[in-house]
Amino acid sequence: MEKVLTRNIEPGKAPTDMTAYEANGGYQGLHKALTSMSSLECREVVSASNLRGRGGAGFPTGMKWSFVPMDDKCTPGHKYLVCNADEMEPGAFKDRLLMEYDPHQLIEGMILSAYCIGADLSYIFIRGEYVVAIDRLRQALKECYAKGYLGDNILGSGFKLDMYVHPSAGRYICGEETALINALEGKRANPRAKPPFPQVSGLWGRPTIVNNVETLCNIPHIIDRGADWFKSLGVGEDAGTKMFGVSGRVKTPGCWELPMGTPIREILENHAGGMQDGLQLKGFLPGGGSTDFLTHEHLDLAMDYNVIGKAGSRMGTGTMIILDDQTCPVGMVLNLIRFFAHESCGFCTPCRDGLPWTRQVLEDIEQGRGKTEDLDTLEYQINYIGAIGNTHCALAPGAMEPLQSALKYFRDDFERHISGGCCPYHSGKGA
Amino acid sequence: MPMINVDGQEIEVKKGENILEACLNAGLDLPYFCWHPSMGSIGSCRQCALVQYQNEEDTRGRIVMGCMTPASDGARFSLKAENATQFREAVVESLMLNHPHDCPVCAEGGECHLQDMTVMVGHRDRRYTGKKNTYRNQYLGPLIHHEMNRCIACYRCERYYRDYAGGKDLGAQASHDHLYFGRHEEGILESEFSGNLVEVCPTGVFTDKPFLKQYSRKWDLQSAPSICQGCAVGCNIAPGERYGKVKRVHNRYNHDVNGYFICDRGRFGSGYLNSDLRLDYAGIKNPDGSFFAVHQQQALNTAADWMAGKKVAAIGSPRASLEANYLLRELVGSKNFAPGFSDQEADLMDSIANILQTSMSINPSVKQIETADAILILGEDVTNTAPRVALALRQSVRNKAFELAEQMGLPPWQDAAIRNLAQDQRSPMTIVSAMNTRLDDVASACVSLAPDDIAAFGHAVAAALVGEITNNPQADAAAQMLKMAKNPLIVSGSSMAHQGVINSAAAVADALSQTTSMLSFCVPECNSLGLAMMVADGASSHLKALVKRAAKIDALIVLENDLYRRGDKALIDQLLAGGAKVITLDMYENGTLDQSDLVMAAASYAESQGTLVSSEGRAQRFYPVQSPASERLPSWEWLLRLAKATEHKKLSKIENFDQIVTACAKSSPLFTKLVDVAPLNSFRDRGSKIPRQTHRYSGRTAMNSGVSVHEPQQAQDHESPLSFSMEGLNRDQPASLTPFVWAPGWNSNQSLQKFQSEVDGPLKGGSSGVRLISSSQTGADISSQITQISLKPHQWHLVPMEQVHGSDELSAHTEEISELAGRGFIAIGKKVAEKLAVTEGDGLLVKQDDIECSLEVRILSRVAKNCIGYSAGYAEARGLVAGRLVSLQVDKTWQRSGPEMIASDKAAFQPVVGDGGTRNV
Amino acid sequence: MSNAKMIQSDISSVLTLQEMAAIDHELEHVPYKSGAAIDALKIVQAERGWVSDESLQAIAKYLDMSAEELEGVATFYNLIYRRPVGEKVILFCDSVSCWISGCDSIKATISETLGVDYGETTEDNRYTLLPVPCLGACDRAPVMMVGDDLVTHLDTHKISEIFASSKSGDQS
Repeated sequence: MEKVLTRNIEPGKAPTDMTAYEANGGYQGLHKALTSMSSLECREVVSASNLRGRGGAGFPTGMKWSFVPMDDKCTPGHKYLVCNADEMEPGAFKDRLLMEYDPHQLIEGMILSAYCIGADLSYIFIRGEYVVAIDRLRQALKECYAKGYLGDNILGSGFKLDMYVHPSAGRYICGEETALINALEGKRANPRAKPPFPQVSGLWGRPTIVNNVETLCNIPHIIDRGADWFKSLGVGEDAGTKMFGVSGRVKTPGCWELPMGTPIREILENHAGGMQDGLQLKGFLPGGGSTDFLTHEHLDLAMDYNVIGKAGSRMGTGTMIILDDQTCPVGMVLNLIRFFAHESCGFCTPCRDGLPWTRQVLEDIEQGRGKTEDLDTLEYQINYIGAIGNTHCALAPGAMEPLQSALKYFRDDFERHISGGCCPYHSGKGA
Repeated sequence: MPMINVDGQEIEVKKGENILEACLNAGLDLPYFCWHPSMGSIGSCRQCALVQYQNEEDTRGRIVMGCMTPASDGARFSLKAENATQFREAVVESLMLNHPHDCPVCAEGGECHLQDMTVMVGHRDRRYTGKKNTYRNQYLGPLIHHEMNRCIACYRCERYYRDYAGGKDLGAQASHDHLYFGRHEEGILESEFSGNLVEVCPTGVFTDKPFLKQYSRKWDLQSAPSICQGCAVGCNIAPGERYGKVKRVHNRYNHDVNGYFICDRGRFGSGYLNSDLRLDYAGIKNPDGSFFAVHQQQALNTAADWMAGKKVAAIGSPRASLEANYLLRELVGSKNFAPGFSDQEADLMDSIANILQTSMSINPSVKQIETADAILILGEDVTNTAPRVALALRQSVRNKAFELAEQMGLPPWQDAAIRNLAQDQRSPMTIVSAMNTRLDDVASACVSLAPDDIAAFGHAVAAALVGEITNNPQADAAAQMLKMAKNPLIVSGSSMAHQGVINSAAAVADALSQTTSMLSFCVPECNSLGLAMMVADGASSHLKALVKRAAKIDALIVLENDLYRRGDKALIDQLLAGGAKVITLDMYENGTLDQSDLVMAAASYAESQGTLVSSEGRAQRFYPVQSPASERLPSWEWLLRLAKATEHKKLSKIENFDQIVTACAKSSPLFTKLVDVAPLNSFRDRGSKIPRQTHRYSGRTAMNSGVSVHEPQQAQDHESPLSFSMEGLNRDQPASLTPFVWAPGWNSNQSLQKFQSEVDGPLKGGSSGVRLISSSQTGADISSQITQISLKPHQWHLVPMEQVHGSDELSAHTEEISELAGRGFIAIGKKVAEKLAVTEGDGLLVKQDDIECSLEVRILSRVAKNCIGYSAGYAEARGLVAGRLVSLQVDKTWQRSGPEMIASDKAAFQPVVGDGGTRNV
Repeated sequence: MSNAKMIQSDISSVLTLQEMAAIDHELEHVPYKSGAAIDALKIVQAERGWVSDESLQAIAKYLDMSAEELEGVATFYNLIYRRPVGEKVILFCDSVSCWISGCDSIKATISETLGVDYGETTEDNRYTLLPVPCLGACDRAPVMMVGDDLVTHLDTHKISEIFASSKSGDQS
């Protein structure tokens, strides 16, 4: 398979600087676009490529961009492009790799995307703990300004763009695009109600596009090599390649660029090396901590947005978390719910107060104090918190996904906790 | 009209409203917390959930929030669907996880929206077995009590305090289920509108602190429709009484005036009513200067004796009712009557009354002020002189945001979205004042000028508006701003004590020559404008003229007026000690009362009825909350009895209050509409009087058994259609007769929506009050001449600085208000402070003619050249006259006050830092 | 009234010239001063380790915000410290992948070695131990950050190596 996003990334290889990046075809897309393509043409290529957002929701990128008012339909003022580099989804570790080892790819993607939507200011909103990535991105920005890829009149095209790295002060909810915008405005990062969507009223009330790191990293290649090429990369329904990752007790956990639609079994067995010795697969979260469990029966499914969706989960970030047969599923769900309860912004009632309640019930069960009716309470909470629309944003419904699927696939584990009055997995982790 | 379907019922909805509003308008009980009719929706509490269906075939539907869903034609909803009712119950259940079960000791109990909603959704049994989160409370000053454990995190407090009222020192802290709403550190809430938190909070986090000290349940309070006497805006209030004490004051909704909110002077400034220093009995002065108590009739007889066949003069009061002033004026004759303004005030009020009648501009209601899209303020610190108007101005500057929202198709209730869209973009407001004002933070331009120059500035704006060259770019800009506006508004007033400022405001308004331009004047007292209109015929006297005639006056009647607040001490001494018998009607000890020979104990506003004319020209009636205690009588009743005792030809024919109103209405063409202000005494609602007591009022026959076991007769009200009883209906009657709000299932003030004709609309019984003044076609007759004051070295213009807390005569007697007022002060700029080598809190001696005051230094960031401000109305600044020159020198004997003098009860609390949100740090 | 203290004290006595210069730099690309609130908090924290009440008030004043507004922001975020921390903060990942990989026992070892639990600072003031949401290095779990350094593949041996010189009092 052709490596696209990771063509400059190899184990043991130093991160790319401007020279190395350009030597391997970097900034060709930028040259091509700014010297020979209108922003409309660029947008059309991206739309035609069927690129879908890699942050988790899988929304078509071209369509997202199409809501940005262009030219005379836009009132005078700034337009913003924001890179969502706030990778905080439990079990997600793909953006870190792209930023640490090939910062210019992201920056080129951002310059091109900004060109597409007519943005003149852009931010990389990155989690504060990614100190290495922050340093390398800042260094890369310097190189870009020196080279004239950023600033006024880029490559003589008249296009102007400034770019800043904004390290976050830490909060999972900042990954929600409207919360991220509030954080960029220096406010508490409560998500905003939609509509209006950020495309028309975002940062400082101006049109704003927020895209994930991996999404943006695809743009230079799409512009450079075209939509048809990009579509041909996928082996299933979806276009392009994808960063897939596996964590948990497998032999070789890691992150790999593979074609869209790669079967789960291939990722798990060929790339992650299968389960560690003595352990069996019990289930897995296919796309990070806020996706539903899948199990053995789903191993031959293709990692495509719709395929995984039909199986009752989400492809999310594409980074799988593996549950083995000696790890307590109740403990794992409790760990996730504890995380989400703490990371709730506190804006809406079901999330703010419902998640701590759910956490408390799970703690009781895990610690052997559970009662049979607790399972009803959990079902009740799932019904209450779990539906999009019941809450202000998608955090709490996402939090309910592993719980509701755990109750579906591993209900006997919950029941054994309750009937036995203790955690049956004495693995030293959950108790 | 669009139609929606709710549970099979077709409901007509207003274009642009949301489903919650539509449901409430249809009389459906859809619970809510975070939504507020004047603050819009944010979708935080998730309580107003219902199910929306795609179409008729859709039986499953999905949960939506009523407050966030536009009512679009043909949309289908269900309130009753099981998933909707279950969801709403689940929301309350989760709010209850951490809510303490302290209703029996909570001041909100019985009027708690959370209680109501809990009952409404049917939540009863607790399933959560975890521990409740607890918080430390903060000391927030003498007015507001803080009890964070009760918080349900609806964000209403922050949105009201910060977004609506412009307060800076209260907000949300931390996150997830550790949210904390409070200050950065303990201390007095800075906003003049903090008291509304009590009514905005849907439960008992923010409660009325003075009320807590003398607490009664809402259902045990006797209330009456009343009008705030704290300033001239005429906010409608509902004082609540029990055991003879006015325990608290709540907002009483008037769509056109105060809406949902009043200021802290209005809410907390009535504490003086319960003071031991109130007069209970009439008194005649002993030779040694003390008074001996006499019965009402004896007092009347004595007064009648002193008046019989003698030359009698009288002084009215801008804080007394129109009826009392009218009777007094008739009693002694117009020529012998002075309205009781200071001479400076009299001229200003005369021109304001005149301008309002002749100007082509509208004298706007508070509601109309909120529609202004460009504002010029000349001379006023509106927050301190007409607080509720300032709160309205904070909404006016948001019209720019609503305009942007409209362009984007956002409905006005999308509160957070509109704020995000508009950010700091506001409608323009230019403030021209001598020093900082409390609205500077939302002004687009602040110009610091001495009063004379403010007037010149105003005239320059007027000149620019008619195309003249002014050579004043700031005035040109202000003119341009007004010209571009759809609803330009000029605000000025009497607080600069400057005729020229008032005239210039009128000149600007008329130069705009648009029917939609608005001109609003802030005037000093609750009936200043009414009194000015009463004496607009020019037949009455000035105070100074009375003093000149002092020797020829045999008897002088002073109505509810401390004359020492109106003029030089020497002058007033001359009047009161000039040999005339002085008869005073008042309720509280003051200097004038001390100089009187006969004192009649006047009832307070809470014990009497009367009509006041607000600065809007709106005549409104207030009614007694309780019958007068002891031997007090309403002033109008004293005077009516006095007229009988002196056998006054015209007045002795008057038998009751309604007849006074009729006579007063006939006395001047300006007062013709007075008869329409409120229904007659004979008004009955479905056969009954309107009850002042809730139908759950307890202990009516037993509450005084601690005093006497004999059950007294229930107090009777012979003068109004209200009764001191729980019998009768309190629903849909004329707005002026609505004493409190309550509806089945809605015990809190949120029951108001059951009284409104539609959400945020007027009451079903209309808006109370009648406007006596309408705009004219002639244009105001005004002079543009300004008398300049020339300054000598080391002299300053003295500019009055009215203060919400401290400047008003009566409310300043309230303990909490006087604590907030602090010491009398002198306000100077940084440069002057440097020159004098003083810092904030030092003392300065202020000399004006033969007056010398020692005042505390406050340093301002914005002061016009050669101007200094002083705390107007403070006892320490008594005698200082605005506009005259003063000199300053450092007071070497001054004792700086310690912080404990302000936050007196702070020591009772543990020092508190808000619950930090940082994870485990 | 609570701000009286601040009004009188000069900001420059609280914020250093470098801090103010760094904040000014951030102010260049935000339309409203309050837009730089989080950056300013981080700038001051970078210098002082944490944000004291005094610092917070000074920053608020510098940005024309009220202390309440800034407090609301400061207490919202995990990485703004409103209480003193040690020389280095240990951000210990306790999210799902690290948990599966046995982070609970590693955490127990750290607590035992340093004598601190979450939210506490070692007696020698060298370390403060805090939990942190998933550090995005799940393929190398369990992980933590010590100061700016990411430490991966944690095991008890590694823990004792890192904290060898900062053991709790009971060492022999």
